Amino acid sequence: MPIISRGFHGRARDPRHRLPPGQYETNGFPVLSTGPTPAVHLDQWEFTIRTETGARHSWDWTQFLALPDETPTVDLHCVTKWSKFDTDWQGVSLDVLLEDVETNADYALVRSYGDYTTNMPLEDLVDGQAWIAYRYDGEELDPEHGGPARLLIPHLYFWKSAKWVRGIQLLMEEERGFWETYGYHDYGDPWREQRYQGD
Amino acid sequence: MAGATVPRRLGERLRWRAARLTERVTETGTARTLVFDVPGWPGHLAGQHVDVRLTAEDGYSTQRSYSLASAPDGESVALTVQRLEDGEVSPYLTDELAVGDLVELRGPVGGWFVWRTEQKEPILLVGGGSGLVPLMAMIRTRRAVSDRTPFRLLYSVRSPDDQLYTAELRRDDPGLDKTYLYTRSTPEHWPRPPGHVTASDLSTGGWPPDFEPTCYVCGSTGFVETAAGLLVALGHHPGRIRTERFGPSA
Ligand SMILES: Cc1cc2nc3c(=O)[nH]c(=O)nc-3n(C[C@H](O)[C@H](O)[C@H](O)COP(=O)(O)OP(=O)(O)OC[C@H]3O[C@@H](n4cnc5c(N)ncnc54)[C@H](O)[C@@H]3O)c2cc1C
Repeated sequence: MPIISRGFHGRARDPRHRLPPGQYETNGFPVLSTGPTPAVHLDQWEFTIRTETGARHSWDWTQFLALPDETPTVDLHCVTKWSKFDTDWQGVSLDVLLEDVETNADYALVRSYGDYTTNMPLEDLVDGQAWIAYRYDGEELDPEHGGPARLLIPHLYFWKSAKWVRGIQLLMEEERGFWETYGYHDYGDPWREQRYQGD
Repeated sequence: MAGATVPRRLGERLRWRAARLTERVTETGTARTLVFDVPGWPGHLAGQHVDVRLTAEDGYSTQRSYSLASAPDGESVALTVQRLEDGEVSPYLTDELAVGDLVELRGPVGGWFVWRTEQKEPILLVGGGSGLVPLMAMIRTRRAVSDRTPFRLLYSVRSPDDQLYTAELRRDDPGLDKTYLYTRSTPEHWPRPPGHVTASDLSTGGWPPDFEPTCYVCGSTGFVETAAGLLVALGHHPGRIRTERFGPSA
């Protein structure tokens, strides 16, 4: 049983029940990163999927923008407790990027410029659940929010949506990313409050 | 301190613990230090934070993160909370919560934004507003173990009235250099006009990049973006800049 904090009432509850436990709604767009924002130049930008056999599939910026895009509207849930509703993105579905990739892998390790990594099961990247997004709210994605392109995987806590993404390594066995090595959860489902390893 | 570095059973580490307020210290007009007694507290590293959970009588509950302000000290932990006028949690913590009241708390959390006494390189601490809190835990830990690592602190704050830990920082800590930057109003006869942190502030008050300091930058998102970006531009390696962003930019 949780302990009641005397005299605490909290804000008016969200009637739409869209708030996972422990979260609160914000209208701002907070930023969580481990270090400075890396400068990524578009003429050097590349997105690469590498399989467990070493096969590579890569796209430069021009090729990437030529891929069919989608415009998902999604809710975001950050492990630092904020949630933001109805955010508008534009990007390429991972279904498009993974379509021709031959692999037996079960896991993915997402890599970013600036050496950030994060892990998740490969099945969470497909079936319309994840995008490589390059526009937010009708504008080019700010470097501070992960521009030129970031992973968008809204059904997991937002640290999984790696900013400044540069590729995905497909793996037969799970490998932990940056925050996961520091004790954050390998999966990170906000509805089950999987914040830390063991939650 | 040793307790925090020994791996602990996860179930134990993630347990919500009852924390009873034992002391409340007025730091500024809007900031309070809250000292809690947390039975079973396992110890922590300077720079780590806790999650605080509040539950209302109807079962509604919400959580926020707060940096640990104190050096490890048995089962006592101190947080410093800055009140945000329209906030859900911070006004409750600064104004409502009375000595003897309970909240729930778990942690310590975060293994990256920490300073360990084994580190020998020079340290640069850059804090904006309440971003000073985890940096103060580093300063206090250094003092508690009489560590001689050279520290430099750059503290950017709106006005002298908003400054945290003023009396304590006025004390002499050998090997700790302090630079204060004011963004809105300065003390009288202050040489630097009010303004946001600049490259020149960071090079005068910080370390040359070739000293290879580890830099800890903490504050609002906007502050951290600016200061960390300037440090990179000055030649500091991004891998030696650790950041903690407290929330939306002001
Ligand atoms: C790792 C970590 C450590 C932290 N350590 C501390 C600490 O030591 N001391 C401390 O006072 N706070 C700290 N914070 C911030 C704290 O978790 C809360 O976000 C803050 O107290 C506001 O909560 P609230 O419920 O009062 O406001 P909310 O109800 O969450 O927000 C009210 C309004 O203020 C805005 N807002 C939220 N947070 C901030 C902010 N930090 N700056 C400016 N505007 C904001 C919101 O967008 C909203 O408009 C830390 C945050 C993190 C992620």
